[in-house]
Amino acid sequence: MSTITEQQTGIPTGTFVADTVHSSVGFEVPYAVATFSGTVTDFEARLVDGRIEGSARIESIQLKDENLQAHLLSPEFFDAERHPVLTFAGDLQRDGDRATVTGEITMKGITQPVTLEGTIVGPAVDHFGKTRVGLKLETVVDRTAFDMNWNMPLPNGEPALANEVTLRADLTLVAQDA
Amino acid sequence: MRVLAISGSLRDASWNTALLRALRDEAPEDVEVEIWDGLKAIPPYDQDDDLVPGPPAVEAFRDVVRDVDAVFFATPEYNSSVPGALKNALDWASRPLATNAFRNKPVAVISSSAGAFGGVWAAAELRKALAAMGARVTDAELAVGHAMEKFDADGRLVDDDVREGLRDALETLRAEVRVPLAA
Repeated sequence: MSTITEQQTGIPTGTFVADTVHSSVGFEVPYAVATFSGTVTDFEARLVDGRIEGSARIESIQLKDENLQAHLLSPEFFDAERHPVLTFAGDLQRDGDRATVTGEITMKGITQPVTLEGTIVGPAVDHFGKTRVGLKLETVVDRTAFDMNWNMPLPNGEPALANEVTLRADLTLVAQDA
Repeated sequence: MRVLAISGSLRDASWNTALLRALRDEAPEDVEVEIWDGLKAIPPYDQDDDLVPGPPAVEAFRDVVRDVDAVFFATPEYNSSVPGALKNALDWASRPLATNAFRNKPVAVISSSAGAFGGVWAAAELRKALAAMGARVTDAELAVGHAMEKFDADGRLVDDDVREGLRDALETLRAEVRVPLAA
């Protein structure tokens, strides 16, 4: 019992790889009067002794409209032709079930420091005997820091699209056999 | 490098078309500049006609854009904006948006007019439309004002500053074409 308690409050040791079926990565940004959001389906993430590294294929961004998807992949936004992959690397800190990851994110060839915050669950053994860690993290980045400057004025003069974009990762990471 | 040069003006004595002829003359040996003459044949955009394949003139335009490495525009300014014929051709070329011929295509936009400002507003609007289509809009910039003073009676460019501006714009475009793709 005491061993499990220690495992659940400390930084997980060993290698854990994201089970992408049970994980999701996405973004949301205020647009006009609502919120515009999307997810990325082709991504990977790995937690090794408290170090998290991940990447996502920009072309796998899923939106409800193919024209909007085309716009996001264009040079005005991600420029997926020249910068097809988003990468992240950072170090996990834990305080009970609170998780903080401090690291760097690279989009459109530009690297910026970033801190993600959220929750951590586990390690815990699932019903198939696999040891899993759950990480739910988010941060807010300024898209203009990554050379994504597109906007359009609304009739009231305000910009249609906010600069602050929330990035979210909801990860289920599975322990790899030593 | 192959560059398609598109004038936004249809008239024979167009200064913008003359600028593109000067551009062709100034181009280095390894840059082939082809001046497109198909603008007048593009029909008015009508979604009812936007089928696969599209009208022959439209398909020919899409094909030539796909074939070249970059596109260089020279546009006049009509009512503070892009001439309708040119915008119409781009509206055709932009369909379907996700796979259109201008997607990721490096483009340069210059402008010319009889007035002092040289069509800067038309150029800005043209850059905006091209960016919305997914083109790779370069920082190349040249606005030739008082155009009638820059050419001789035969439509030949006689202004060295403009000539240098053309060379600079073409070099900016060429640099964009040379950026390697990521792995």
